[in-house]
Amino acid sequence: MIKSYKLRRNISNAIIYVLLTVLCIIWILPLVWLIMTSFRGEDVVYLNNYIIPHEWTFDNYIKLFTDTTVVNYPRWFLNTFIVACFACVISTISVLMVSYTFSRLRFKSRKKFINIGFILGMFPGFLTMVAIYYVLKAMNLTQNLIALIIVYSAGAGLNFAISKGFFDTIPRALDEAATIDGATKNQIFWRIILPMSKPIVVYTVLTSFTGPWADFILAKIIMGDARDNYTIALGLWQMLQKEYINDYFLMFCAGAVLVAVPITALFLKMQKYYVEGVTGGAVKG
Amino acid sequence: MDFISYAQMNGFQKFFYNLGQFFVHLPHNIVRLLKFIGRAIVGFFVGIGRAFKFYGLSFVKGDWSTKISYLIMGFGIMVKGQIVKGLVFLAVEAAYFAFMIGFAWQYLSKFLTLGDVISAGGMDPVTGMPVVAQQDDSMLILLYSVMALFVTVLFLMLYILNIKVNVALQERRKNGEKINSLREDLSTLLDQRYHVTMLSLPTILICLFTVLPMIFMILIAFTNFDRFHPMGGLFDWIGFGNFADVFFNNPKKAFTFQTLVGWTLCWAIIATISCYIVGVIFALMINKKGIKGKSIFRTMFVMTVAVPQFVTLLLMSQILSDNVNGVANILLRSIGVIGEGDFVKFLTDPWLAKIFVLIVNLWIGVPFTILSASGILMNIPEELYESAKIDGAGPVTTFVKITMPYMLFVMTPALIQQFIGNINNFNVIYFLTAGGPNNPELYNAGDTDLLVTWLFNLTTSYNDYSLAATIGILVFIFCATLSLITFNMTKSSKNEEEFS
Repeated sequence: MIKSYKLRRNISNAIIYVLLTVLCIIWILPLVWLIMTSFRGEDVVYLNNYIIPHEWTFDNYIKLFTDTTVVNYPRWFLNTFIVACFACVISTISVLMVSYTFSRLRFKSRKKFINIGFILGMFPGFLTMVAIYYVLKAMNLTQNLIALIIVYSAGAGLNFAISKGFFDTIPRALDEAATIDGATKNQIFWRIILPMSKPIVVYTVLTSFTGPWADFILAKIIMGDARDNYTIALGLWQMLQKEYINDYFLMFCAGAVLVAVPITALFLKMQKYYVEGVTGGAVKG
Repeated sequence: MDFISYAQMNGFQKFFYNLGQFFVHLPHNIVRLLKFIGRAIVGFFVGIGRAFKFYGLSFVKGDWSTKISYLIMGFGIMVKGQIVKGLVFLAVEAAYFAFMIGFAWQYLSKFLTLGDVISAGGMDPVTGMPVVAQQDDSMLILLYSVMALFVTVLFLMLYILNIKVNVALQERRKNGEKINSLREDLSTLLDQRYHVTMLSLPTILICLFTVLPMIFMILIAFTNFDRFHPMGGLFDWIGFGNFADVFFNNPKKAFTFQTLVGWTLCWAIIATISCYIVGVIFALMINKKGIKGKSIFRTMFVMTVAVPQFVTLLLMSQILSDNVNGVANILLRSIGVIGEGDFVKFLTDPWLAKIFVLIVNLWIGVPFTILSASGILMNIPEELYESAKIDGAGPVTTFVKITMPYMLFVMTPALIQQFIGNINNFNVIYFLTAGGPNNPELYNAGDTDLLVTWLFNLTTSYNDYSLAATIGILVFIFCATLSLITFNMTKSSKNEEEFS
């Protein structure tokens, strides 16, 4: 009886192993194909039914950084990096400020502020993209990177929910003790709460840093045809348009790999925080 | 029905019972909502009345410098000893009037007509000399008017603050209390009034770049700003015309709207549920006891989430495309499923495209579910499973009776958020099919277009701004209602003090 039970368990485990392996391959295959194609030396148009390149080469990567007349990849990379850095600083600061205030400070009409913030936060940002475009145009800010930084970081304060949830879990007794010792609210924020909140700070920094790398819509609307100010997403999309795809497909693969590697690394690093954010928010609602 | 018989129902019966109850209680709840709105409106006016009474009384009771402050902001504050603060208020007033008279008034005065000067040139009737008249730009008039209204509201708030500060200072003086120096005032900003310091910068940013564009866009939905009224020219208020068009007035637009709403809902429901079920099954397999290398499997799946979405989606669109580079077609050809020169229209046939965007979405979305579901699965108490096993429950029973209810309970809010996210899932559709294949029966839309991609195309390619704004408002209303219901269901707002 016990033996048969063990046998049954082993068989079911074996089936699961096989299934999981097959599924993993399905999920990973397109990415492997992307990486392999980026090392491909032969022209892509002919016969595509194999994955491992017949002729290995780094040419696609080298061309990406040297042949910048039509496809200015280094410039796009730099643009995105600059935008991401500034947007990251501004949005982290505003998210932390707003969530700390809503979580720890008690003041008149606090509830109202929270509810308004919540409702505004539900408004998908890009539904107002046309209007944002005109506001920026009226300020003479379209088609440059400052506009992008503003667009990515201005509304960040509305994403306070996750970090507010985190701050809520820090015992209030700490604040009270500090207040009795004569600390001001400002000191409490900088000296006590922030040092204790490393996970949520890291999470906020990473999400706001990776955001600009992945956004397409707002960049497309703001940049229009100002090619020199494109971000990575916009540039790579451009490379797949009809007039470019035949000449630039291999370079697209190389470029995509180059963006994906750092972002993937960051994401795997913050996976833990991501899970905490999602499930923590869900359990507590 | 009493509680016992309710508790004995299974999930489906409960759901339908609740659905039925919703409709039974609907009239009652509508009456309650109307009562609530009525009370809110009455409360609003009572509040305004009370405010006027307060300011009137303080004017009557105030000393001479307070009275002057009603005209010249900050005057009383300066007289009472807080010179810098008073000067700031004075500067605010001066700046406001300079802004309104020097800049905003020329736009605000035309707000009701949105401008009427069409021609860029003309003839002076008296002298016969050509005059160059400035052409009115309705868009700028609307935008600057909204800005002016914003500034006015801000100014009014400061004006009220000015009076409040004055009255407070007057009280302190009368009672012989000390009046704060500038330094002390500033230091309260770091302590008692720290929330002002913390919230002011984010609030300004949000007002400028979220609220202002939102109001601007809502106003545009009530105009006829479209491709017949090009940018830089004139357009007019047309009231609810766009909404009427979308619902019944214009057959083609109405048909497009209905079709797209149908497809959007269909897409959102199927995409959410399929990702959820498949993701949970995968997570269960990975987390099953006795399976080794859990973290390796998990990382493999998570890879696809980690790579920026536009990269994976552009990649998929290339693999499935029906041009010479379409890898899927080349593969099928070399296996011999389709003949030489044939190709499967994965993303350009109306029905195949719909199916394949859903499949690709599954590929993109399942790892997200795996990620969040794994965490929850580990939290399910082990005793539940043990006692179920002792009672003779098999794996299927434990899944249906324990795992599924627990997961649903914890993940419902996240699921509804995901549903809303799918309604607005621009990336998957735009990068894969760009809304295509184009359908001539629809108004500037394709077969896989969601409402959001339609909106995007209307604004960027067809210049139908007012129609796009209308759709935006409708989508927002729908999503906001759903979110608010979820938010109330989870009641996190009620027990937030629990941890403190």
